Amino acid sequence: MGTYIIKRMMTIIPIFLIAILITFGMIHLSPVDPAEAYLAAANIQPTAEMLAQKRQEFGLDQPLLVQYVNAVIQISKFDFGVSYVTNKPVWEEVSSRLPATIELTLASLVIAIVVSIPLGFLAGVRKNKGIDHFSRFLSFFGASIPSFWFGYLLIFFFSVKLDLFPVEGIGTWKHLVLPAITLALPLIALYTRLLRASVLENLQEPYVLFARTRGIHEKNIMAKHVLRSAISPMITGLGMNLGKLMTGAIIVEAVFSWPGFGRYFIEAIFNRDVPVIQCYVLLAAGLFLISNLIVDIIQMYIDPRISREGRQFQ
Amino acid sequence: MIERLGVMVRSQKVMVFCSVILGLLLLITIFAPWIAPHDPTLVNVTAKLQGSSLAYPLGTDHLGRCTLSRMLYGARTSLGSATLIFMSSLSIGLIIGLIAGYKGGWVDQVLMRFADGVMAFPDLLLVLGLVGIWGAGLKQVLIALIFVQWVYYARVIRGVVLSLKEQSYITAAKISGSSQWKIMMKHIIPNVLPPLAIMGTLEIGWAIMHLSSMSFLGLGVQPPIPEWGAMIHEGKSYIRTNPLLMVYPGLMIMLVVVTFNLLGETLSERFGLNIDNKEGRIK
Repeated sequence: MGTYIIKRMMTIIPIFLIAILITFGMIHLSPVDPAEAYLAAANIQPTAEMLAQKRQEFGLDQPLLVQYVNAVIQISKFDFGVSYVTNKPVWEEVSSRLPATIELTLASLVIAIVVSIPLGFLAGVRKNKGIDHFSRFLSFFGASIPSFWFGYLLIFFFSVKLDLFPVEGIGTWKHLVLPAITLALPLIALYTRLLRASVLENLQEPYVLFARTRGIHEKNIMAKHVLRSAISPMITGLGMNLGKLMTGAIIVEAVFSWPGFGRYFIEAIFNRDVPVIQCYVLLAAGLFLISNLIVDIIQMYIDPRISREGRQFQ
Repeated sequence: MIERLGVMVRSQKVMVFCSVILGLLLLITIFAPWIAPHDPTLVNVTAKLQGSSLAYPLGTDHLGRCTLSRMLYGARTSLGSATLIFMSSLSIGLIIGLIAGYKGGWVDQVLMRFADGVMAFPDLLLVLGLVGIWGAGLKQVLIALIFVQWVYYARVIRGVVLSLKEQSYITAAKISGSSQWKIMMKHIIPNVLPPLAIMGTLEIGWAIMHLSSMSFLGLGVQPPIPEWGAMIHEGKSYIRTNPLLMVYPGLMIMLVVVTFNLLGETLSERFGLNIDNKEGRIK
């Protein structure tokens, strides 16, 4: 099992190198010259002399391969360069804003799990009953409603009309409620749907019939067998969506003026602050890869068939 | 048997419902200049933030522009862009998928590894990254969405082509001397179309949602061009005084996305096609 985990971890490295290559390529293929962008962001009128000096400073005069290797070395040390706008290290700026984003995403993840597990499970067990119809309605509309609009609807009803929660900002738990629900809604829709389908599939399996004929209590069959094996695809969905949660947070942060990484990233786009954009893309990609890895490991503990397959690979 | 019949009737009803709504939207898109009571970009500060009246059925926004006219023209922007994204990514995906599936070998390997690379990351992340580097604007967002989108078509088409290649009638066509071009056109493409039509309806909903999200963030459609996401962005400052300004465009986005999703799901249920409709993707 240990070797499987190590092998799985090794697969991340080449993918991440490619991710760096993609952002590297994006910057070099873009019509914007980083040296020019830097001077523009700093409000300096560019002269040929200054451009040449900046190019040398950024190492843009060196061969592409050298630049790429340097970029990889720097990034592995969490050195994402200096922001064009504030002249401070990007990582410093980003790490001061990350906790707010992490708080928001974790809260919505918890909401999504707490709501969708019972809802999806009950919907599957009581197919075509009231709760099933409700869950299908919720998962359909949760997937079709634009999250920024849903956020404003929540603000309108709960902040403007009922005055229960603050409109925007960060601070108390009350500030967290509406943004977290907004970010959680598409996840609730997705997980409920995945779990419901998986429960329905599992109920058709012969092991359920066998357990019933053995006279095992229905509650035990459901809790110990069906739920346990049905939850597996949902965990995969969870891993696939952690990176997406981060991009979803951009929109929610914009709606609720949440001072996180997402808002900083949007500002960076408007300022053409290339190092910050690059840092964001790489961090999100890294988070996405790592969350997939963690999910694979959890999957392996839940479903021993996977590690057996892993052993066969050796 | 009765249950099957029930599914048929229900899906029939849903299809009629979706078709009517899409038909109406299509009419709006085409005839917007004739239906709209005002010029959607005409600023009239003296009439700003009005409620609904005979002259302005849905009221006016903060610059005194007619909300109804902006909504109708917004359908043009949204549906027009979504159609463009759909057609372009479908064509690119069709060509690449056909080549990869039909040629096989290293061509297939290179193309599919590249597709894997694009699919390895959350789609909105790539779109945001590309727009971040290229700068905000409708053109950039469209290119970025197409860049993310073609991959899914290419994968599905490649899969269909691979399974068709093994069919005996393709072998028979080859033996009887049909050219590669003729086999593609007469035998492979007609078989690829049904799953593509279903996938396309689901994808158009996705494209409209993402385009409006980008416009909402200020990265997509730029003012004064009317677009639903951008209208919500403009209307949000008046949530206390004129909440309807952001309610209308949101309702439109939802209506369109719901219709396309419903249609796509009903079609795939009806034809028993279980294509990967990206359940792992947040719409």
